[in-house]
Amino acid sequence: MSAKVAFTIDGKTVQGEQGQTILQAAALASIYIPHLCAMKGLSPWGSCRVCTVLVNGRPQAACTTPVAEGAVVENDTAELKDLRSSLVEMLFVEGNHYCMFCEKSGNCELQAMAYRLGILAMRHPYMFPVRTLDASHPDVMVELNRCILCARCIRASQELDGKHVFDFVGRGSRRHIGVNAATGAVGTNLKVTDKAAEACPVGSIVKKRVGFAVPIGQRLYDSKPIGSAIESGRAAKG
Amino acid sequence: MTDNASVSRQICGNFANDKGRLMDILLGVQAQAGCVAPEALDEIAKSLSMSRVEVESAATFYAFFSGAPRGRFVIRLCNDIIDQFQGMDRIAAAFRAELGIEFGQTTPDGLFSLEYTPCIGMSDQAPALLINSTVVTKVSSDMVRELVQTLRTTKNLEQLKLTLGDGNNSHPLVRSMVNNNLRERGAVVFAPYTPGVALQRALSEQPVELIRIVKASRLRGRGGAGFPTGMKWEFTRAAAGERKFIVCNADEGEPGTFKDRVILTEAPGLMFEGMTIAGYAIGASEGIVYLRGEYAYLLPFLEDVLAKRRAAGLLGRDILGKSGFKFDIRIQLGAGAYVCGEETALLSSCEGKAGNPKTRPPFPAQKGYLDMPTVINNVETHCAAARIVENGPTWFTSMGTKASSGTKVFSVSGDCSRPGVYEIPFGITVDELLTRVGASDTIAVQVGGASGRMIGPSEFNRQFCFDHLATGGSVMVFGKGRDLLAISHAFMDFFVEESCGYCTPCRAGTRLLQERLGRFLSGQAETADLDYLEKTGKTVKTASRCGLGQTAANPILGTLQSFRSEYEHRIKTNGRVFLSSFDPAKAVAVASSIAGRESEHFGTQKGGVKQ
Repeated sequence: MSAKVAFTIDGKTVQGEQGQTILQAAALASIYIPHLCAMKGLSPWGSCRVCTVLVNGRPQAACTTPVAEGAVVENDTAELKDLRSSLVEMLFVEGNHYCMFCEKSGNCELQAMAYRLGILAMRHPYMFPVRTLDASHPDVMVELNRCILCARCIRASQELDGKHVFDFVGRGSRRHIGVNAATGAVGTNLKVTDKAAEACPVGSIVKKRVGFAVPIGQRLYDSKPIGSAIESGRAAKG
Repeated sequence: MTDNASVSRQICGNFANDKGRLMDILLGVQAQAGCVAPEALDEIAKSLSMSRVEVESAATFYAFFSGAPRGRFVIRLCNDIIDQFQGMDRIAAAFRAELGIEFGQTTPDGLFSLEYTPCIGMSDQAPALLINSTVVTKVSSDMVRELVQTLRTTKNLEQLKLTLGDGNNSHPLVRSMVNNNLRERGAVVFAPYTPGVALQRALSEQPVELIRIVKASRLRGRGGAGFPTGMKWEFTRAAAGERKFIVCNADEGEPGTFKDRVILTEAPGLMFEGMTIAGYAIGASEGIVYLRGEYAYLLPFLEDVLAKRRAAGLLGRDILGKSGFKFDIRIQLGAGAYVCGEETALLSSCEGKAGNPKTRPPFPAQKGYLDMPTVINNVETHCAAARIVENGPTWFTSMGTKASSGTKVFSVSGDCSRPGVYEIPFGITVDELLTRVGASDTIAVQVGGASGRMIGPSEFNRQFCFDHLATGGSVMVFGKGRDLLAISHAFMDFFVEESCGYCTPCRAGTRLLQERLGRFLSGQAETADLDYLEKTGKTVKTASRCGLGQTAANPILGTLQSFRSEYEHRIKTNGRVFLSSFDPAKAVAVASSIAGRESEHFGTQKGGVKQ
């Protein structure tokens, strides 16, 4: 048993444990801090910045910041909601996200986050980038138009599958997910049963032939907003 | 073209197939084969027992590596704002005319590639460029013709007739036309230096006593962040680790900074001595100098200085007869990535990876290079530490101000008659410095480079020091007639190019800011854009993961604060349009070209917009 660490989130006292991140401790206390790149079971990454909170007044990513005794964390404030909305809108405009045609619609964390944050229109202009679609693999499609560069596939492949199917290639605005073969995903040892094939929060890495197995209307975020599971305490039990 | 695969295999072998040396391997392959081709990625991955995509990740991160073959001579013209103001466009035009290619292209004969590159640390002798690792300064259009002709006929860089610069720039191992422009020598960095004196003094003390001395001197990091050096040493000494490292950050990439170039040229011994002392103080036996790729022309010279220090017993085993104390230094060359000046990105690069900043905490003092406790200090800081040990903390605190002791080495460039390097005690005001450098009619000074702040005449009475105007050394002077928003826009171009792309606000936000600022320059901005810049700038500053992103909005946030009228007077005040950024003439341009006639309503004549 690790040492207990007490701190507050929006005035509510939270009992965390030494070595936990703020995001982890919050989830166990049924407090939802919006996040996209963080995923249970994967190492903290801190790239989307949607989980930005104020820790003793200083902005920090909740997913990479360890809990500290007596820390005062601000999470659910109008300013942070606006900051998160701006970041989520950045993710929308820098990719090509057409929810109405996307098989991930309703199960997509980016889409669900936009609904949860109440985003109606983008404050940023669309960039309409030219990105690639790799359908070479028999069972898995890699569709980079929808990628938000969260590295969940990269981490899942390395940390859960013991492989190195994905990694980032390029710098800055040219950064994108690369696969471990010159011939595309088909040349890698990726299996449809790999954790990496289901770690994607958006419709960027999807399994083929099952896209509409669950009909629209019955999907994960169709009736309840993202974060509901954490807020209802299910995350703490599970 | 040399065979990429066999070259790769051989170079991997030269580095004992150590994946930690991937940077050197990629540099070697690029130099010998002209590119890091897909076959090279396969071969390197196989030799180093890595995944191909991991190699590709590093190979595609740095500007100096290319997947497609580059010319035998890669000409990189510096497009820093200072160079732009000193006639870069004329030079660019001369190259285009002479070579018949555009920037980003290679001549059909495979001889020349033409590229732009951000600040190469020669702002005091702009316009400047690199041909492979040879520096050419104060370039003129005539010189361009001569350079191209000589290289075409001789195919040999050695044949270029370049007048050698002063000091060690004409050393047989440097032979560069770079000039030091060392205008003022201070008591710390550029004072006369005798090898081994400071080290001898250090070895006569207990390591903890050295840390006490450095703490008492109140030395703070010279790279810009200003963290107390003694504390950094203390934390690293206290941290657990089977190996510890001393790293010197010589990745001077901040636009307008070049003081480390002159320190590396004229005082490398002092810098190495400071690193050795730090090694003794914290219990490290290995040091790394991370030298920016643009300064590769100094590498043979620096290696020679290291060799001489080994021969003199100042590096290696039982240094200066101190039994059991060993320390040695290797130089890691970079490959064109500003973000590697960020200390954790620098460590990633030293480890042979893409230069992504690491998650903090843990800090390098706990987990740095190879996850071992690591001290990272700037070139100038290592020099200062050596002097402090030599002359004592009181000597050091007698210079400068209370919170900012000692001297600072400034890099001054731009609109002044004496650009160059000035070592001056902290506390000098902007006005005093402007007088010394021969600047008049100054309308703005950019303090601290692109990531710093632009100040106007009302702030010229402020002092350079950590609590007023902090700077890593870059001071860019802008005189009457300079377009301040064009300067800010050039800095935004820089950040867009140099963002590593890891986190959302820096990767996407810098592009959004660049685009919106562009509307002010093209006369399409409206009042609401001021608010957009302010809010989006704040988002980038607040939410970014590392120092690059946290300061990337400064060119906009700073000028919005100090030069707001520059924005306001460019706002389009045509009351008849709803959205100024929407240009109907542009929107129908493709349709017009298909129709073969201009739109009756939105023709270019009416819109007045160039195609």
